[in-house]
Amino acid sequence: MRTRSLELAVGGFLIIGIAALFFLAIKVSGLSSELSQPSYKVYVHFQNIGGLTVRSKVTMSGVTIGRVADIELDKKRLNAKVTLEIYNDVNEISTDAVASILTAGLLGEKYIGIVPGADDIFIKNGDEIEQTQSALVLEDLIGKFLFNKATEDKSSNSNAAATPAPAANSQDDF
Amino acid sequence: MLELIRQLGATALARLQSLGAASIFLWQALVAVPQPKASFLLLIKQLYSVGVMSLPIILVSGLFIGLVLGLQGYNILVNYGSEQALGTMVALTLVRELGPVVTALLFAGRAGSALTAEIGLMKATEQLASMEMIGVDPLRRIIAPRFWAGFISMPLLAIIFSAIGVIGGMLVGVDWLGIYSGSFWANMQNSVEFYDDVVNGIVKSVVFGITVTWIALFQGYDCIPTSEGISVATTRTVVYGSLAVLGLDFILTAVMFGGF
Repeated sequence: MRTRSLELAVGGFLIIGIAALFFLAIKVSGLSSELSQPSYKVYVHFQNIGGLTVRSKVTMSGVTIGRVADIELDKKRLNAKVTLEIYNDVNEISTDAVASILTAGLLGEKYIGIVPGADDIFIKNGDEIEQTQSALVLEDLIGKFLFNKATEDKSSNSNAAATPAPAANSQDDF
Repeated sequence: MLELIRQLGATALARLQSLGAASIFLWQALVAVPQPKASFLLLIKQLYSVGVMSLPIILVSGLFIGLVLGLQGYNILVNYGSEQALGTMVALTLVRELGPVVTALLFAGRAGSALTAEIGLMKATEQLASMEMIGVDPLRRIIAPRFWAGFISMPLLAIIFSAIGVIGGMLVGVDWLGIYSGSFWANMQNSVEFYDDVVNGIVKSVVFGITVTWIALFQGYDCIPTSEGISVATTRTVVYGSLAVLGLDFILTAVMFGGF
């Protein structure tokens, strides 16, 4: 009887441990959602991935249709080569679709959004989406904004300088 | 000066010798081929005293660490308006670090010290010597099942600790502080990877389990068979075990997450 209760307790311990492992696998790490979907590979080249990471979402119209499998530098073209895994049931993406790197919220995680094209030819496993739009890098945006501002100021200054000058000239004519 | 160097050398040699003795001890305990039926019962008994008896402290401390992580994390994250990331923070902290490490520290204190004291007392009362006398290998009968029990229990305890901690974090974050439960779990699932995070945490806990059990058994087996010797050995088990766990944790973290 003593051995029996011991064995029961140890068995219960093992069951709790295995249940906890399942909890960690499915509920915490979301293992099932990663494994369940068979997918095919598509390559995309970006000038700048700006913080995109492996396992980021790939979406179309906001619906998740896959994930980023791999990111590496294409040494020949000197840009980022991103491998996407797109679920098999999403098989009607045209070859002229546009892949762009988007941001969830103002400073949130980066993900890839695909805008479907109009072509009748669909991409297959191992194809490349040619049209891409790189990540918006905040520093670049600020830089552009400041540059535009500066040129605007300059042009408005030169305009301001230019308009009195003819007037002065015309005054001289009199 | 010369005396100092001599002492240093002697200490180093003594440490090296005890490391060697401990390795031989572990090797002998493990290669001792067990008789399936008898040693299975012994293993069950040890699993009970090492694993099941540690379960309450693991459950309670796991739950409270999860609750505290939830509260602290919320208060930090809410400053940045990103309290939905609480699930990510709690789960990654627990699965990668706190689960294995805190469980190993508690395990050293709860199970390790008990193992050392038990074996030390067996040695002091000459039970080990009398076992050898009647032809039973004490390494096989006493040490091996305890080692395997520690080896099996520690990862299970660490997994349970992490799971209950995540539930604790959820209780605070979702049920009390009102984070939307969908984003809590979705953010967690997006950023916790099974192989990189959960499995690495389990690998850590296996390594810690081996280390702590090994230290506890060797300290008990090697102790001076007096009441004072047993107390010294028990203290050493907890101190060495905890230090070894923390040191190994740094090395393992550097290897797993350091990006080499």
